[in-house]
Amino acid sequence: MVTAKSERLLNLVILLLVARNYTTKEQIRSLMEPYRASSDEAFDRMFERDKDDLRALGIPLEVGFVDKFFEDEQGYRIKRDAFELPAIDFSADEVAVLGLAARVWRHAGLAAATSDALMKLKAAGLSFDREQLDHVQPTLAPQDPAFEPLWQATVHRTPVQFDYSRAGQRDLTTRHIQPWGVITTQGRWYVAGLDTDRGEPRMFRLSRVVSDVVATGEPGSYSVPEGTDLRALSQSLTPREADRSAVVLARAGAAIGLRRRADITTTGVTGPDGTPGWDQLAVPYVSQTDFAGELLGYADAVVVESPAELRNAVSSRLARVIQGAAT
Amino acid sequence: MSGAREQVSRLLALVPYLQSRGDVSLTQVAADFDVTPDQIRKDLGVLWMCGLPGLTPDKMIDVDFEAIEDDPDGVVRIENAEYLARPVRVGSSEASALIVALRALREGSPESAYEVIDRCLVKLEEAAATGTAPPKVELHLEQNEASQRHAAALREAIATNRQARLDYYVPTRDEATRRTVDPLELLTSDGHDYLDAWCHLAGARRLFRLDRMQAVELVDEPRQEHDLAPRDLSEGLFEPGPDNVVAVVHLEPHARWVADYYPVDTVEELGGGRLAATLRVDDPRWLVRLALRLAPSVTVVEPATMRSDLERTAKAALSLYDDAHGRSGEHAASAQGGGVA
Repeated sequence: MVTAKSERLLNLVILLLVARNYTTKEQIRSLMEPYRASSDEAFDRMFERDKDDLRALGIPLEVGFVDKFFEDEQGYRIKRDAFELPAIDFSADEVAVLGLAARVWRHAGLAAATSDALMKLKAAGLSFDREQLDHVQPTLAPQDPAFEPLWQATVHRTPVQFDYSRAGQRDLTTRHIQPWGVITTQGRWYVAGLDTDRGEPRMFRLSRVVSDVVATGEPGSYSVPEGTDLRALSQSLTPREADRSAVVLARAGAAIGLRRRADITTTGVTGPDGTPGWDQLAVPYVSQTDFAGELLGYADAVVVESPAELRNAVSSRLARVIQGAAT
Repeated sequence: MSGAREQVSRLLALVPYLQSRGDVSLTQVAADFDVTPDQIRKDLGVLWMCGLPGLTPDKMIDVDFEAIEDDPDGVVRIENAEYLARPVRVGSSEASALIVALRALREGSPESAYEVIDRCLVKLEEAAATGTAPPKVELHLEQNEASQRHAAALREAIATNRQARLDYYVPTRDEATRRTVDPLELLTSDGHDYLDAWCHLAGARRLFRLDRMQAVELVDEPRQEHDLAPRDLSEGLFEPGPDNVVAVVHLEPHARWVADYYPVDTVEELGGGRLAATLRVDDPRWLVRLALRLAPSVTVVEPATMRSDLERTAKAALSLYDDAHGRSGEHAASAQGGGVA
């Protein structure tokens, strides 16, 4: 089955590629045995599916009128310059870079897309040396089921809808968006686009998309506004530079995670419990709430000296834990 | 039916590939296309049935089957296919995937590599189908040179069949440990890189996050043999172990994410946005630490032992604050003012 279909598709490509003009559906049928041998109805269905397959393969199938002056007969053609990969010279270092890029995606669909691209470049005469590729490199590994459909929607400019659950909220909302692009930061993936219900740009974390992603329009039915700056849109996602500093005492040998970004200012300090051997650390931080949470995780291995606000935040949260445990 | 699409896509590359090269063996072709030699034979069988319209013998593509019939090192030759001399343009999905990969590479590279990557990006845009604009993408990769160094060392350990010694930080216990492992494989899940290894210290198979390794050292000992199936990460990283204790926690509205993030057995709405979740805990210290970090939004309900562990730990920590030498006065003010960068 596959073989017969492959033959038919390839012969159709060749026919439309070498023809000088548009070829009508009837001419195509008369030239191709599998179409000739089918009933009218079966041929119609087969031809429609074959056209879809060619388009899915990225083959630019054009529809036009056989005679410019009499717009009655429609035909098909594949223009060679739109079909063929133009001659591009990649230098050896560029080829090596492409080889590395081909291994960045750890996602079945996207990895397949990159290797298809590389296959075409190989077909154009490039050779990728596997040995050269053994090199440490970044990886992109989106795992959210919503990634692939939203990526496709972004590439093809297809409006979509999905159910979304906001952080800490139970209620799902159905959102309608025109995806503009994807953002990844620290292993998390987001899609940014126009939320058409709200008329404003919005970002959505893919792990919170809880339904299938459904197309609500045709590919190419919107365009991304000129000058859209994803970087600005995603600013809220990137970690702010630490701009505050706390003084924290840590027991010797403890709070190792904290020490990795702290400066030790004094050692051999006597702690509030009267034991010696504490270290005084200066620790940069951004958000008081988050940093207090981190410090709380070290339990009695750390104590905040200053600022007072942070010290109070930590101690009052500890008091509430004890309260909660007692009830 | 996608089988045919895949095959035609390969054939449209195979024909120009063979014509743009001199003598290529069947084995080499199969390797370049990442399929078996048998698949290439089947592909050539399809090709042999194709040609110019009319398909009379003189119009058919000619394939030299004899050369490759029994010999994988035989040379693959085709003739009469000059009209398919170039591959198809790179499609918009393909170009987009590759462009994003290049940008990721650029992000993770030293500045000296920018120039060559930028040249590639420009050329790829030329290669892409006309009228395609790649989607906008913004990448903020975790930049961790140390992790990359560790990955290289561990890859070498695997390639040369050697053990490795890790200085590894365990955040749950706030411990730095030194352990010898038999490295098995490097894996990526949820944006983090892991080493799957047999740990001599634990006497069991463990996953280690690369960004928690403080040092990696190769040991001149061959890895011990373990009969282990490859790990399947599709279900996530957590595997309940035999020693797990079932715990019940109550989550306030803004700690609800805990139930999404950690594998929970059951979840129940408590009203007002609060959740009750049961989860399996293999180290009580992990749960105590989680409850403290999110305090007071996580309440441990069961088991009673973990509940009292949490209370005792919180009391010990709070005792450090409730004496006279709380340094809220001038000391705090000066430290704040003199903020260390």
